[in-house]
Amino acid sequence: MKPLLLWSDGLIFLLVFSLIAFFLKLGRNLQTQKRWGQVFNTRLGMVTFTVIAVYVLVALLDSLHFRRALEPVAGAPAGEVFYDNRVTSVLDLMLGGMGDRYERTYSAPFALKSFEKQNMKDGSGVGYRDYPLLRHGGRHLETAADRASDIFWKSLWGIGMGLLVALIVVGLQWVFLRRSPYPWRASWLAQAIIIVLAVWLVSVSKYYHVLGTDRGGLDVAYQSIKGIRTGVLLGTLATLIMLPIAVTLGVMAGYFKGWVDDGVQYLYTTLSSIPGILLIAASVLMFQVYIDLNPDAFSVGLEKADARFLALCFILGVTSWSSLCRLIRAETLKLSQLGYVQAAHAFGVSHRRVLARHILPNVSHIILITFVLDFSSLVLAEAVLSYIGVGIDPSMSSWGNMINGGRAELSQEPVVWWTLSGAFFFMVVLVLAANLFADLVRDAFDPRTSLGATHS
Amino acid sequence: MLAYIVRRLFYAVPILIGVNLLTFILFFVVNSPDDMAISQLGAKHVTPEIVQAWKQKNGYDLPLFFNADAGGSGAFTETIFFTKSVRLFALDFGRSESGRDISADVSNRMWPSLAVAIPNFVIGIWVNICVALLVVMFHGTRLDRWAVALFVGLMSISYLFYIIGGQYLVARVWKLVPISGFSGDEHIWKFLILPILVGVVSGIGSGARWYRTLFLEEASQEYVRTARAKGAGELRILFRHILPNALIPILTGIVVVIPALFMGGLLIESFFSIPGLGSYMLDAIQSQDFAIVRSMVFLGSILYIIGLILTDISYTWADPRVRLE
Amino acid sequence: MLAQFISTAPRMTAAQTNQPRLARIVNRLCLAVLFYLLVACGDAPLNNPHPHHPEDAMVYQSFMQSIPKHLDPAQSWAVNEAIYISQIYEPPLGYHFLKRPFELIPTALESMPEISYLDADGNAVVEDDEALAFTRYTLRLRDDLLYQPHPAFALDKAGQPLYLFKTAQEGRRYRQIPDFPETGYRPVYANDYVYGIKRLADPVIASPMLGFMSQYIQGMTEFSAMLPGPPRKGWLNLDDFHMEGLEVLDDRTLTITLNGRYPQFPFWLAMHFFSPIAPEVDRFYHNPGFVDRNLTLDWWPVGSGPFMMVENNPNKEIVLERNPNYREDFFPEEGEPGDQEAGYLDDAGKRLPFLDRAVFTLEKQPLSYWTKFLQGYFDRSGETQGYPLGLFDQAFTVSPDGVSVDSELADRGLTMSPSVEPSVFYYGFNMLDPVLGGYTEERRKLRQALQIAFPTEEYLSIFYEGNGIVAQSPIPPGIPGHLQGKAGMNPYVYDWVDGEPKRKSLEIAKQLLVEAGYPNGRDARTGEPLKIFLDVQSQAVNNTRKRWIERVFSEVGVQVEFRPADFNRTREKMLTGNSQIYSAAWGADYPDPENFLFLLYGPESPLICKCDGANYSNYENEEYDALFRRMRVLPSGPERDALIDQMVQLYQRDAVWLYAFNPKRIFLNNPWVFNNKRHGISNATLKYTRIDGQQRDKLRTRWNEPTIWPLHVALILLIALIAPGVVAYRRRRSATARQGRV
Repeated sequence: MKPLLLWSDGLIFLLVFSLIAFFLKLGRNLQTQKRWGQVFNTRLGMVTFTVIAVYVLVALLDSLHFRRALEPVAGAPAGEVFYDNRVTSVLDLMLGGMGDRYERTYSAPFALKSFEKQNMKDGSGVGYRDYPLLRHGGRHLETAADRASDIFWKSLWGIGMGLLVALIVVGLQWVFLRRSPYPWRASWLAQAIIIVLAVWLVSVSKYYHVLGTDRGGLDVAYQSIKGIRTGVLLGTLATLIMLPIAVTLGVMAGYFKGWVDDGVQYLYTTLSSIPGILLIAASVLMFQVYIDLNPDAFSVGLEKADARFLALCFILGVTSWSSLCRLIRAETLKLSQLGYVQAAHAFGVSHRRVLARHILPNVSHIILITFVLDFSSLVLAEAVLSYIGVGIDPSMSSWGNMINGGRAELSQEPVVWWTLSGAFFFMVVLVLAANLFADLVRDAFDPRTSLGATHS
Repeated sequence: MLAYIVRRLFYAVPILIGVNLLTFILFFVVNSPDDMAISQLGAKHVTPEIVQAWKQKNGYDLPLFFNADAGGSGAFTETIFFTKSVRLFALDFGRSESGRDISADVSNRMWPSLAVAIPNFVIGIWVNICVALLVVMFHGTRLDRWAVALFVGLMSISYLFYIIGGQYLVARVWKLVPISGFSGDEHIWKFLILPILVGVVSGIGSGARWYRTLFLEEASQEYVRTARAKGAGELRILFRHILPNALIPILTGIVVVIPALFMGGLLIESFFSIPGLGSYMLDAIQSQDFAIVRSMVFLGSILYIIGLILTDISYTWADPRVRLE
Repeated sequence: MLAQFISTAPRMTAAQTNQPRLARIVNRLCLAVLFYLLVACGDAPLNNPHPHHPEDAMVYQSFMQSIPKHLDPAQSWAVNEAIYISQIYEPPLGYHFLKRPFELIPTALESMPEISYLDADGNAVVEDDEALAFTRYTLRLRDDLLYQPHPAFALDKAGQPLYLFKTAQEGRRYRQIPDFPETGYRPVYANDYVYGIKRLADPVIASPMLGFMSQYIQGMTEFSAMLPGPPRKGWLNLDDFHMEGLEVLDDRTLTITLNGRYPQFPFWLAMHFFSPIAPEVDRFYHNPGFVDRNLTLDWWPVGSGPFMMVENNPNKEIVLERNPNYREDFFPEEGEPGDQEAGYLDDAGKRLPFLDRAVFTLEKQPLSYWTKFLQGYFDRSGETQGYPLGLFDQAFTVSPDGVSVDSELADRGLTMSPSVEPSVFYYGFNMLDPVLGGYTEERRKLRQALQIAFPTEEYLSIFYEGNGIVAQSPIPPGIPGHLQGKAGMNPYVYDWVDGEPKRKSLEIAKQLLVEAGYPNGRDARTGEPLKIFLDVQSQAVNNTRKRWIERVFSEVGVQVEFRPADFNRTREKMLTGNSQIYSAAWGADYPDPENFLFLLYGPESPLICKCDGANYSNYENEEYDALFRRMRVLPSGPERDALIDQMVQLYQRDAVWLYAFNPKRIFLNNPWVFNNKRHGISNATLKYTRIDGQQRDKLRTRWNEPTIWPLHVALILLIALIAPGVVAYRRRRSATARQGRV
């Protein structure tokens, strides 16, 4: 086994750690702590945060990549180990080979037979045409009539196991957190439901394709789960990558004013006046050419897809940075007029110190709010970009690619609805949770709501 | 006022130059003129001579920024940058890579775009305001909370699903309207119903929620409290006080979008085969017709800047306290 | 909590009514009711996307999935453009509509061209004379050829062209061809064909034919060099320049002289490159300012064929209309066996064309065009593609012995025209590749193992819905030299079992890998896994297909790496010999095996010819090349067939391509469309198409009964939305009335 760290893997871990550090540091600033406390003090806040956290956790697990070692060959010089060029992630292991149980082609959810007829021969060699049995789905059954009861018992077992796991997970938290002032109960309920669903899915998937299979025979539930990483990463990295530039320019413009301010304003007005979709399209095409011209920089196909993915994040960041930059500039302008900043100037404190001590910490909440607010729209944008043809690399699992591919399936008779539904479900849950959470954050940080008043 | 507008237009010039320069660099790094020639000419029997001829025909055989061979001002004017980019300032879009005149196409395709975008825009705002008012009337009740949850739910669904779902149900299963198409004559309503329905329904979530916030914000103002103290009824407060005052942010928020209506909707037009500017752009992106994309980027920037200026003007109109100087 | 609101209502003391709000509510209701009534009372299909006129009986309704880029016959080389060009222009020769194997027939000519052979001094010689230097084709035109009415032919009273402008200003008001009030026409002269060929050589037009044809037509290279290149202002009369190999004997006779021998040349005469172009049309389109309004030959073709273009709005639709001046042309009286039974001869002897108009609407979304076809608004399921990929087994069954529609579609009376096109899609090995290329026994075995490991049948069935047949040789069915059955089977990949080819087992593939030095897909010396690289176009391979291919090769332990790139990059890689496994496709230009076997001809390798050769595999086999050179100039016959057979065997032994298949397309036709036989090579078939408009109207109405209940639901929903507001409003009114004005 050889770990493989993609650029996006590194970035997402960096992001998560810095977020955790940020929250730990929150304790120092009473004002901010209180506002965040307000978000988590609601049951909705707890539940949506739990859902988002689960998605992020899945994305993190799916970001621990490695390549399997191949067995040594007799007669070959010892010592050198070769690796499979297929990249596996920890998540794949946890899903218990869900992605390895291929069918020949389409099959409906919980189906026993393929969705497509095939030429077959019976015992005496006479050819006929019928729906063949699946290779994996329901293979353990004796007769097709047993299916309903089998699904019931398998589900029951899965749910039982799920409850057991949930009990352990929630119980552990209860021990430590029962005195916490936050409504953890709501979160625990959400956790329990998600765990039960997940365990049920993984256990039943061993016997059936819960969401059917796609044209190439790959489990749709597996694909949808693999899409989580893409969605979460896109939603977060796009903001993260542009953050340093937007913050630096915004703070500089607001702090130094004068020609620096003019320059920065010019830059973001220019960029924001270009229709976003055209800018994205043009830039993605450009990165694609760079990747094509430098094939040696990427040893595995996934790295190529990853480079394109990061490029897309970067460009999405560029198109959305101007609003962040504008906000930070305005806030810095306001801050630099305040008495203590003026006083610091009077005492001859260096610019760098003023920026680091007084300005930056006070604009950080804007960054976080923007981060939360942009998240859902970025996830949604991915699907649209895939349709236009400038989205995620087609070789990466993503909901946008699934929707784009599933579009034509609606014209089939009968309809193949499960690919679209799978992507739809997993996407809506994430975006809904993110939207609801963002609402709470916005309410809590809205300068017009003073802290005491909201509880009335 | 006039002086203000003139000055704003003057400010727009460096921005447009920036846009122009940026797109130029983007597009000539992406695909060299040779690449473009090959992708336009096709694969069979293409020789370097043919590629060269194509480049000459389309004016890509010139140097990028500086032409050392040409004398005098020709050193700057006989370059790709001058012939392809600077001319855009005169709204001379030139010809697409496939040889069609872009300005002619833009002026033809503008009308279908507007035919879809304007009703979509107007009906959308109207429906959103109505729904938002209705919800505000029930502010503080469970109905309000459910409505907000519904809005957020509607917002969380990808636009693609609205279009695909709408086409599938209304046109394919129920057979109420044609699934796609467009016509310039009196049958136009047939083709517009579904795109507008999809556009409006998909916009309710974010739109109505936004208007609701605006109305509630107004509702928390001093004057509303005063009015209520004077014994004004809730409905009267809503229509007499809140609505007119909330119109200012509504107006200024939507004015900036109006010029962009010309550009149409990328997805709506492509799914419903509406021959507007949106599908024009999409086709250009997919066939990598950079001349069109370049022109549309420039056009979009101009419209955006016009939108900004209109917004400023609408402030003075909606709020007499604001004076432009 | 509703109560809270209502309880506050009576306390209201509003003085004025809220007129705008009420008006809006009423408006909204009215609008809804209007649409509701429209739907409930209308009898015509609501969802008809076409304007309905009773006189439209003979209007063919179809769609295009992409916009044609070029309609100039000298420039176009794409199928989606040939659909229009072939209806509008008439080259000297054409193909018989029904007969198979494909048969050339004279169309614009009185008879097939006369061939004579000349030596270097211009003296007649026999065909196999050593001294043979030129071949001369003499073409004699029919006497009833007329151009379509067109403003370029319009003359004023003095007999001078009417629309000839000196400045762009003069012609400003004409934006499209139909805007010109006056039109005219004239006979087609032999010189028009000569003019058309001269245009192929014009460097400004940059015809894709120039490089290829100048090898053959005498003096074409010199002619091309003689013309002033771009940039060129205004019209250049090509009549002022002379091409050695072209001669006009009289108004109806011309000769074309070729260097050496080229027996395939008549096939080229059936392609639209050899269409007649009237010089005055060329001059007309060079009017100042015309090009800025897209008034060019590339957008508004002018020909003598059965149809003419009356609308070209590439944003929306292309409309062709019957050419009133079309020559006498009749439906063929004979066909191949089975045509009589299939009803293809029902219209025998009738005057062509049948259609008055043909409308091609732009429609890109598969869901849309498939729905419109099923609803009866498109007459056929496609012009170039049979039906959207994605419709499969449930709708119809594709099996080796034929195709049958499922019962639901069959009940609607849909008919099918399967068409195996003479084209081949393949993944080829680069023979120069250090790992997979080469001609040693090990390398051959390695490639054969990979061939066996790739189950083409499965691939076709999953990703092409079974619409293709495995190609055992480079020559597709329908082309002479294609062998069926056991004789045509590739014995290195297949075994003949029970009367059909059966792919060899994976065990054999594994055994071959061992013999090639890669046991279990690992290099026997170093243990390094064998990794193969596929150079594909980014758009061509999606995730599903990619995973499938990876899975297939992992069965024999081989790792696959995709190197997707855009079209230009992959092409560049192929041209420089840097690919390992590449994907390519070739469609027949004409029905001759030479057009396929040259894909493996050594000098066609891009690295050798330093040109855009088509032998991307860089296959170089002296034996093969020698056979090819002999075969090329031989007339059809057993001798030629034997040579072809040897070449195919070499191809099979050397395992040059990973897999290959011939696409099979199934075109569905609505029951009111007749004479749907697909040709495969020629696109000039619209003139044979006939439709029954009355039946179409009847079936359309029957198939498009709208579902009304959603409208009821929508209305109820609307009322439910508005009602609370109205109730509140009325309560307030009554409250006001009670309390009076304050």
